[in-house]
Amino acid sequence: MTIDATAAAEMLASHKRERLRWKSFYSSDAMISLLGFVLLAGTWEAAVYLFKIPDFILPAPSAIVMSLYSGLVSGVFIYNFLVTAFQTLVGFFVAAIIGTALGAAVAQFRVIERVVYPWLVALQTLPKIALAPLIIIWAGYGISSKIIIVALAAIFPVLVNTIMGLKSCDQGKLDLMRSLGAGPWETFRTVRLPNALPFIFAGLNVAIVLAILGSIVGEFVGSKAGLGNLILEANFQFDVARIFAVLVILGCFGVVLSQMMRIAQRHFLFWNKALN
Amino acid sequence: MAAVMSATPFIAGGRADRPRQPAVVALRDITKTYDTAAGGTVHALSRINLEVGSGEFVSVLGASGCGKTTLLRIIGGLEDGYGGELLLHGRKGGASHPDVGIVFQDANLLPWRSILQNVLLPAQVLRLDKNRSIAHAHELLELVGLQGFEDKYPFELSGGMRQRVSIARALIHDPSILLMDEPFGALDALTREVMNQEVLKIWDRTRKTVFMITHSISEAVFMSDRVVVMSPRPGRVIAEVDIPLPRPRTLEMLGDEGFAVLTRDLRRRLDHGAV
Repeated sequence: MTIDATAAAEMLASHKRERLRWKSFYSSDAMISLLGFVLLAGTWEAAVYLFKIPDFILPAPSAIVMSLYSGLVSGVFIYNFLVTAFQTLVGFFVAAIIGTALGAAVAQFRVIERVVYPWLVALQTLPKIALAPLIIIWAGYGISSKIIIVALAAIFPVLVNTIMGLKSCDQGKLDLMRSLGAGPWETFRTVRLPNALPFIFAGLNVAIVLAILGSIVGEFVGSKAGLGNLILEANFQFDVARIFAVLVILGCFGVVLSQMMRIAQRHFLFWNKALN
Repeated sequence: MAAVMSATPFIAGGRADRPRQPAVVALRDITKTYDTAAGGTVHALSRINLEVGSGEFVSVLGASGCGKTTLLRIIGGLEDGYGGELLLHGRKGGASHPDVGIVFQDANLLPWRSILQNVLLPAQVLRLDKNRSIAHAHELLELVGLQGFEDKYPFELSGGMRQRVSIARALIHDPSILLMDEPFGALDALTREVMNQEVLKIWDRTRKTVFMITHSISEAVFMSDRVVVMSPRPGRVIAEVDIPLPRPRTLEMLGDEGFAVLTRDLRRRLDHGAV
């Protein structure tokens, strides 16, 4: 009997929890933005039918969904997405590794700083994307030229932030290490680098956006595959619904990447008060 | 006023009567000058002569800018280019000495390390035996009243607790000399009084030689065996005053007549030197 009573109480409580969860879902931010999205899509759909807007100017949301579906089923979108995703991620990691390593070298060694820094300042304002045609000439239409373009586009924020972060180390912590007789490498490893991590992550957050940008622009300039290549193709065929479908995929890709960055950031920077 | 004075007005049995032990810290004619941007030179420290005996608690008292922090940094091996001689246990002090532990004005904890890992930092840098150091770290955290906080992180602790961690960290490699640079300057008055007592308790148990910088007269009197009074421009020692108050010291003693006499005396000397 007692067992029944506890079971009943448990059921009641779980029922209440469930109701509460739904209640908080209805009033949550996610619900509101979903509502806004549905409203926008509905208006858009209605406007396209009412004003008879031609497909090659603005396709209805339903046409975009159809195009997305057929592209996914035929495998065309998936193959081209994998090409773009691969070159974006590889280029991003190349930028992250070379950017932090070069930044560390500049911050640690005066000689390297004097050689590299003027170049850095000169190149920083140059739109790296403008180099894309050159890179295509030198490295061809394949995936390697895109990786180079992505890395070039993404490296600067990582590099600059790494230098800034390593140089911003607070003197008290350095004094502590010095009073213990710690060498430069040990001080770098235990204090300077972890201290620079929030800066480096801020740089990586910018870099990931630039990496996608570099990837697509690289494909625009010259490529055989990829989502940017698909957009160009669809553009030539006035298949605007398909352009939108590719944009949806690109948008999802961007959201997934930035979420992954946030997870990584929370894992490595849990101690950073500014984030908590 | 440059002559070193000893003020032991009431109780016999002050430092002077005890057999003289070899100095743990000895400063001989320490001089430090800075070049200013305008092209002049500033005498931060001028011919400082000072000795701290084994197990002694010495405070340096002075207004800001009198070079007291520079003095501590010289003993801690954090300053290059000074004149004179620094002797630790009779040997010439080098660039850094594992026999010194420093408690800085800020706790300077590494925010990405747990409390235990922060305390272990000197042991790691000095390549001490890991298991023994971990056991020692647990003891020290208990000593500073932070048992159970080993796996917390600095952002989860209050300012006073963080400074306790930094005291434990300064003791992990068992140095014979503990340097403290205005350790409680950033804390509120009540926390500060509690921390003063805690440090005295720790000192009583570990018998380290303590060299503390402060700008609080009552803190200096409450804690020290001897107070060194410094005066700025140029930074120099203007008085050394023995504090013959009995130990253990309690907060009730802050209201005693003997305490008041000593505080007044130090106040007078400080004001005199500041002119």
